[in-house]
Amino acid sequence: MAEFTVDDLRRVMRAAAGEAEGVSLDGPILDLTFEELSYDSLALLETASRIERETGITFPDGVINDLKTPRDLLTLVNSHLAGNAG
Amino acid sequence: MTPTAVVTGIGIAAPNGLGTDEYWRATVAGVNGIARISRFDPSQYPVQLAGEVRNFDPARYLPSRLLPQTDHMTRLALVASDWALADAKLNPAEQPEFGMGVVTASSCGGFEFGQRELENLWARGGQYVSAYQSFAWFYAVNTGQISIRHGMRGPSGVLVTDGAGGLDAVGHARRHIRRGIPVIVTGAADSSLCPWGLVAQLPCGRLSTVTEPDRAYLPFDARATGYVPGEGAAILVLEDAARARERGVAGYGEIAGYAATFDPSPRSGRPPALRRAIELALADAEVGPADIDVVFADGAGDRERDRIEADALCAVFGEAGVPVTVPKTMTGRLYSAAAALDLAAALLAIHHRVIPPTIHVSPAADYRLDLVTGTARSGQIDTVLIVARGHGGFNAAMVVRRHA
Repeated sequence: MAEFTVDDLRRVMRAAAGEAEGVSLDGPILDLTFEELSYDSLALLETASRIERETGITFPDGVINDLKTPRDLLTLVNSHLAGNAG
Repeated sequence: MTPTAVVTGIGIAAPNGLGTDEYWRATVAGVNGIARISRFDPSQYPVQLAGEVRNFDPARYLPSRLLPQTDHMTRLALVASDWALADAKLNPAEQPEFGMGVVTASSCGGFEFGQRELENLWARGGQYVSAYQSFAWFYAVNTGQISIRHGMRGPSGVLVTDGAGGLDAVGHARRHIRRGIPVIVTGAADSSLCPWGLVAQLPCGRLSTVTEPDRAYLPFDARATGYVPGEGAAILVLEDAARARERGVAGYGEIAGYAATFDPSPRSGRPPALRRAIELALADAEVGPADIDVVFADGAGDRERDRIEADALCAVFGEAGVPVTVPKTMTGRLYSAAAALDLAAALLAIHHRVIPPTIHVSPAADYRLDLVTGTARSGQIDTVLIVARGHGGFNAAMVVRRHA
């Protein structure tokens, strides 16, 4: 996989934990916090697990819980895909 | 003065009707909800009939957020809770969050969800198991999800007493009302109509293997062969009567009496404790046998347990001393939700002044019961006894009364 796009992320998030009432993943979500998107730690864990399955990458333990926004997650995924995750 | 607990809202998802109105119309008309299992191919299983909730599309009622994290039975519970709150004209957002609690019963947990994730585990590996398996299977999950959805942070819990659970939960909910909590959402939902869930029920040996829907579950009939499993939800809003009246809601009826007993070991030689549960519930309600207008019986559907229940009813009420009905004959036994549904039906019977029938059954004369068979029986109904039992010795009895 060359690049994980924001639309890939929307698709995975919908499958993982859906949308809460009054929250849409359609708009500009990248810089909203996961809290604003009503994504709790379990929703984020399920999202990360699905990204791992789809892309073949493995996130180091604990790193997911430090992410604040979808942009943070997307950046992390793409740095792993580019092979330069530290 | 100790608060009176009244039921102000009812939400039902049953095999013979989705929504209270549809369920009640079908139940009074004697419409059977038992049919061949459609959720999976039951050909290879000794039990092939069930009471399945039909035409239930959870995405129509629930946000997509709740779908990946919920078993079928939790979706039934959540939708029935929404309906019960709407019926009670209660908007939880306008109530103090610590003044509302949730007490439900559960027998099975989320088997269908669990089976799917076990399949993922064994076929594809641990990383394919949903993070939500951590709680989606759990007995207490319906209480938790209802609590979260409606911001109900008051005293909450779950009771696991098999088929007696529907009454035990409401009995416990009444305790909270009496201690000053204004609102408790209570009742039960259960479903385990997946291959794993069905197989887990087989060892008890009480499921009917008859494949004709009108012959499989015949409580108090000489042809009884066991029971048909069912699924569904019956959720009630229980409120302090004075507070309900303040907001202009009269309610369906009062939870007037409740008792639970546990059977002695069959090896002890001592009698079953069902009769005692009935007597204690009547005493708790401060009514006598003559005050009871109809009994919603447990109706186990096998000769031994039907005999125990018939003997208990005859001992308390006399031979054919009170009308008895088993609307479960239209739905199968809904495990923890069975008695909650009977309780809802009892309240609707009071409200509509009609006793729903027991279908398909030709009562065996030696039970000496006045079983309401064939068609519904109309009349003034003010006070109703509901009897319930759970596997392993659980007995519960509840008296509900028209609320003055």
